[in-house]
Amino acid sequence: MQRRTRWFTAGALAIAGALALTACGSGFSGNSSGGSTSNGLTKSSKPLTVLIGSSGDAETKAVDSAVADWSSSSGTKATVTVASNLAQQLSQGFSSGKPADVFYLSTDQLAGFASNGSLLAYGDKLANKSDFYPSLVQSFTYNGKFYCAPKDFSTLGLIINTDMWKAAGLTDADIPTTWAQLETVAKKLTTPKHVGLAIGGEYARIGAFMTQAGGNLMNATSTKATADTPENVAGLTEVKKLLNAGTLKYAKDVGAGWGGEAFGKGLAAMTIEGNWITGAMSTDFPSVKYQIAELPAGPAGKGTLQFTNCWGIAADSPNQTAALKLVEKLTSASDQLAFSKAFGPMPSIKSAAAEWKTANPMLVPFLNGADYAKGVPTAKGSADVVTDFNSKLESLATSDPKTILAAEQTNLEALVK
Amino acid sequence: MTTYSRQPRRGGLRRGEAASGWLFTAPMIILLGLFLVIPVLMALWVSFSDWGGRGSPFSGSVNFVGFKNYSTLLSGGGLAEQDFGTALKNNAWYVVLVVPLQTALALFLAVMVNRQILRGRGFFRTAFYFPSVTSSVAITVLWLFLFNSTGAVNKALSYLGVVGPNWFNDPAGIFHFGATSGPAFLEKSTALGVPLWDWIGGPSVAMFALILLAVFTTSGTFMLLFVAALQNLGGDIQEAAMMDGATGWQRFWRVTLPQLRPTLFTVLTLGLIGCWQVFDQIYTGTQGGPAKTTMTPAYLSYTSSFVNQSWGQGAAIAFILFVIIVFFTLFQRWVLRERAVSKRRMRQYTVATTAATSTPVAPAMAAGAAADTGEENER
Repeated sequence: MQRRTRWFTAGALAIAGALALTACGSGFSGNSSGGSTSNGLTKSSKPLTVLIGSSGDAETKAVDSAVADWSSSSGTKATVTVASNLAQQLSQGFSSGKPADVFYLSTDQLAGFASNGSLLAYGDKLANKSDFYPSLVQSFTYNGKFYCAPKDFSTLGLIINTDMWKAAGLTDADIPTTWAQLETVAKKLTTPKHVGLAIGGEYARIGAFMTQAGGNLMNATSTKATADTPENVAGLTEVKKLLNAGTLKYAKDVGAGWGGEAFGKGLAAMTIEGNWITGAMSTDFPSVKYQIAELPAGPAGKGTLQFTNCWGIAADSPNQTAALKLVEKLTSASDQLAFSKAFGPMPSIKSAAAEWKTANPMLVPFLNGADYAKGVPTAKGSADVVTDFNSKLESLATSDPKTILAAEQTNLEALVK
Repeated sequence: MTTYSRQPRRGGLRRGEAASGWLFTAPMIILLGLFLVIPVLMALWVSFSDWGGRGSPFSGSVNFVGFKNYSTLLSGGGLAEQDFGTALKNNAWYVVLVVPLQTALALFLAVMVNRQILRGRGFFRTAFYFPSVTSSVAITVLWLFLFNSTGAVNKALSYLGVVGPNWFNDPAGIFHFGATSGPAFLEKSTALGVPLWDWIGGPSVAMFALILLAVFTTSGTFMLLFVAALQNLGGDIQEAAMMDGATGWQRFWRVTLPQLRPTLFTVLTLGLIGCWQVFDQIYTGTQGGPAKTTMTPAYLSYTSSFVNQSWGQGAAIAFILFVIIVFFTLFQRWVLRERAVSKRRMRQYTVATTAATSTPVAPAMAAGAAADTGEENER
């Protein structure tokens, strides 16, 4: 009996000791934001950390130099860290109570981090608030609060291989503006060697057809599920029609990882991708000649999807005032145009549009898309539903669009209940 | 208790021993406690809480929610249940195929490289063990290239006149044999939100490529365990069996294999645990796709926590997985337990031994061999 009690005491001691050690780490303090506050924001002299998910050296360098410029002019130290897995590193930061002060944040992560209180909703405090495109502001609004400043954005366009286009006897006048025209040119461009149109078999591409029919998975504020509407059915039916005609193929079915790869390798004459394709084309497939057009209009007019990230600021940041200043600088016209030059995305503010268009005449269709682009759902858990939707879209050619959409309607309704 | 009571309780020469014992084990106890026991207990708490991923899970704002996270996964009726069901289905097929295949292959390789006549045994042993020491990430990337739709495997298949599948992009279940929809009663009835038709469909083509990967990498490790065990077996029993006229095949099944039972248990258990925890290959290779057919509970636990901020559900998945692994390990122990020779087999020996007037016969011997000795003794 005595042995057992001794064991118990020893075990309890070990656990208590280890617990004490974890407490020493001070990792789990409830509220670590020190310093005085002004207009609800924390203020201190602590240096800022900026956590980004970089697409490559060009992006890292551009952000690095922009942050360094701000640092030397404001006198507040700031360091940029490149995350290898942004979502995971953000989560770790938030749970330890010592997150990065400023960071990239994607639309599908916004709801998760906003709902657990990790994010500072600073949108309304931005000096340049009214300059952002309204649809982008919508993408970063959660529960009626504008959380963070859109960093930049991209829209989808139709990318055309000009050599194949000419070989099929097509001219500039044939660039499709309706679904019927798209069907015709896709058929003409389909040869034994390549398919007319190759796209990624996922919502982030096929969804554009849904918006052209006037639908989307959720309404603009992501507060209502609108998946099973006739508009969405029409959009998917059109894609199914092209798939079954053999003039549209998913990138993976032609042996490519994504639409850009299929396009660059010459496996497809057209693809639907966003601004990022220009980077891939110049580095991986510099010899392929291409042109960019706006996506064809559907029964409800023009439609495309937009993708964006924002500059998040942590609720636990000890120096939110400086962080806000930094974000205002990073979203200014001059900085955004510099970013755009370095790694391609479009400025998220209207005042930079004209200059951007003159600098990038070839990419104008992407920016034109901003007028009618729709965002992807941002409700908490919607990323899961989109993944599920994607998994079903893989077999769209053989399944019923109505059934697929009905299932997603149920899943989305569960999120907004 | 009696053995210990001989020692003096306290005092005497051995007074300080207990203290120094604790002192010497303390570093390990603290390390294990800090990095294993406490995190596990914390995760257990998280699985019963509504912790959202910000600040301490023990802070005042975190509430106890009972079995809510578990019931969402097991009977919630929503996407979470479907995903969990799909992940379980995928992983169950993975286990069902990988564990027997890798064990059989490992045993086969071990027997082969253990043979005295084989030249260059060292070379083969190293070659077979090589995949196990290579990092799983590197091998996964290699696999992605090999099983590309235009990769080496499909090229090789094309020489045989077979059009290979688009391996890592093919979500079709291999036991569906190309059928896209099943009988209505299988499509309609579901378990854990997944139609029975999908449950019986087997692993997807993509998962099958990962199964081949697992067999390829782990059979080398287990071969080593079997080789070690084989080298510990005494040659005398083999010789005795040979003298009794047992064929090579009989010697393997009736003499060698029964002696390998402890190793077999180790290999099966390690294989089972490893298979239920498969994560690296999914994370680096497929991320759960195509059509979620390579999603496993371990990967789902990661994504629900880190991507969706549903930390409670992520932790709950981990603990359900824990229960599954413990259950199957115990089940396997029960199946592989030492059993008395069955009555049916016993009868074979009794017939032989009564004729032989109480000559002791090695139970491992084949019945035929036993009968022979019996006749010899009669003469």
